[in-house]
Amino acid sequence: MSTAIQVQSVTKIYAGRTVLDGVCLDVHDGETLVILGGSGSGKSTLLRLMIGNVPYEGGEIHIGHANKSIGKMTAPELEQYRKSLGVLFQSGALYNSMSVFDNVALPLREHTDLPEETIEIMVKIKLELVGLREHSEKMPAELSGGMKKRAGLARAIALDPKILFYDEPSAGLDPVTSAEIDQLIIDLNRKLGVTSVVVTHEMDSAFRIADRMVLLDRGKFVVSGTSDEMRESTDPLVRQFVHGLTEGPLTDRRRAGGYEVDLLGGI
Amino acid sequence: MTQPSSQPRQTPSAISRAIIAVGRRGIGFVEFIGGMGYLIRDTVSSAPRGLLARRGRRLGWRNLWAQMVRVGVRSIPIVCLVLFCIGAILSLQMAPILKNYGAVSQTANIISIATFRELGPLVSAIVLTGFAGASIAAEIGTMVVSEEIEALEAQSISPIRFLVLPRVTATSLMMVCVAVVGDLMGVGGGLFVASNFLDVSAEQYFRKTFEAILVRDFVTGLIKAGCFGTIISSLACYLGLSVTGGAQGVGVATTRTVVLTIVALITVDLMFTGVFYYFGW
Repeated sequence: MSTAIQVQSVTKIYAGRTVLDGVCLDVHDGETLVILGGSGSGKSTLLRLMIGNVPYEGGEIHIGHANKSIGKMTAPELEQYRKSLGVLFQSGALYNSMSVFDNVALPLREHTDLPEETIEIMVKIKLELVGLREHSEKMPAELSGGMKKRAGLARAIALDPKILFYDEPSAGLDPVTSAEIDQLIIDLNRKLGVTSVVVTHEMDSAFRIADRMVLLDRGKFVVSGTSDEMRESTDPLVRQFVHGLTEGPLTDRRRAGGYEVDLLGGI
Repeated sequence: MTQPSSQPRQTPSAISRAIIAVGRRGIGFVEFIGGMGYLIRDTVSSAPRGLLARRGRRLGWRNLWAQMVRVGVRSIPIVCLVLFCIGAILSLQMAPILKNYGAVSQTANIISIATFRELGPLVSAIVLTGFAGASIAAEIGTMVVSEEIEALEAQSISPIRFLVLPRVTATSLMMVCVAVVGDLMGVGGGLFVASNFLDVSAEQYFRKTFEAILVRDFVTGLIKAGCFGTIISSLACYLGLSVTGGAQGVGVATTRTVVLTIVALITVDLMFTGVFYYFGW
């Protein structure tokens, strides 16, 4: 299987704090890779690095068979790369001053010479795929959380991307809507044959959609495996995270954080 | 085996702290000026694609038109009211003094020169700062907070070309138009008071106005107005794009936009006036 994205020993430092520490990762063509990790583990930062929205200090991120790393791309090369991918942000990130239709039409109007009639047809097709065709004239403020995400997804696939990135697609949604979004991710993956990279910490959702999972902890790569391998892992950290256990290395670390000393001082 | 030092860390002296604070402020100021410079450079360099290139211009012109209506057309009633009142106030304030010299009709000369050269562009710019500058900063700041700017970048759409260029162009152009309207309303305010309360006929007022005003008074005022428009919009966009920290950050950026823009407008106005005085314009 060929590699869509290759992350090699990437390091990212924010205000003196190492957020990603030598992370290595391969995303294969056509697969749905789920990046797991607790809050502050660096998973969303890794996603932003792969999109090319955030610069990084060390390592390389190669796309497909390109010899050039994202960090070394020129502005036109980066622009070309970004046109080949779609991103669904955590909040949907719809442009609030535009209707749902205009949100989805924006990349087509910006990056193609298509006439307005063709754009209209294409937008309707994308909205139908996510089940929002009847809501095309609504403004983002009039949509529910799940609808916003679906509209964001329609916009992300407007240019028929080769790679789709999802940042916490199920966060803040009820279980049914969350399952609907997951099904949409699976359908798009099958229908469009795209490579998907999903960042999440919701295990139900991860098990539903993942071909493969990786776990990040404190900016470091911990483990990679299929859903079954992760479920059956004997690694204490993986076990605690995947099964949501209250006892394990993650909670031990928090307890060892010197809370008592901080609270009671020298008493 | 070495023991960890039990000595407390030395706190810097008051003088050191003062030097550090001044240094930080200095660095912050240089960064701010540099950032503004980059923003203006990127805005100018994105203009050909944003307004002329085949793909960009479709949305570019639509955005520009929307911003011109928002910044210019909607602010005209307020600018008219404010400048009319200022013209009337000036007229009333000067009348008693000029009456002592038997030169009440000179009110028209003074008001016209003051309005065309100074008050028209400056007061219109201050009104636009509150009207457009604050709203641009809040709008772009909110877009930063709600990941809209990041989404634009992820879609290969430059926020400078898509958001900043239409706002800066529209504000600069409309500021000139609004200043012309403001100039006329200032003269109108003076005329209203002079003809109704100061025994100066309208015909006499107009004659004095046209005698006093030279083309260069009008043109220098408009040059200032265009620059003021660029200052208002680029500061608002820069501070909006620099927002961090959610809703509170948007509030801070909006306040800073209004305060910094008014300071910048007055300072640049002084510089312009000094230059025009030096060259005898």
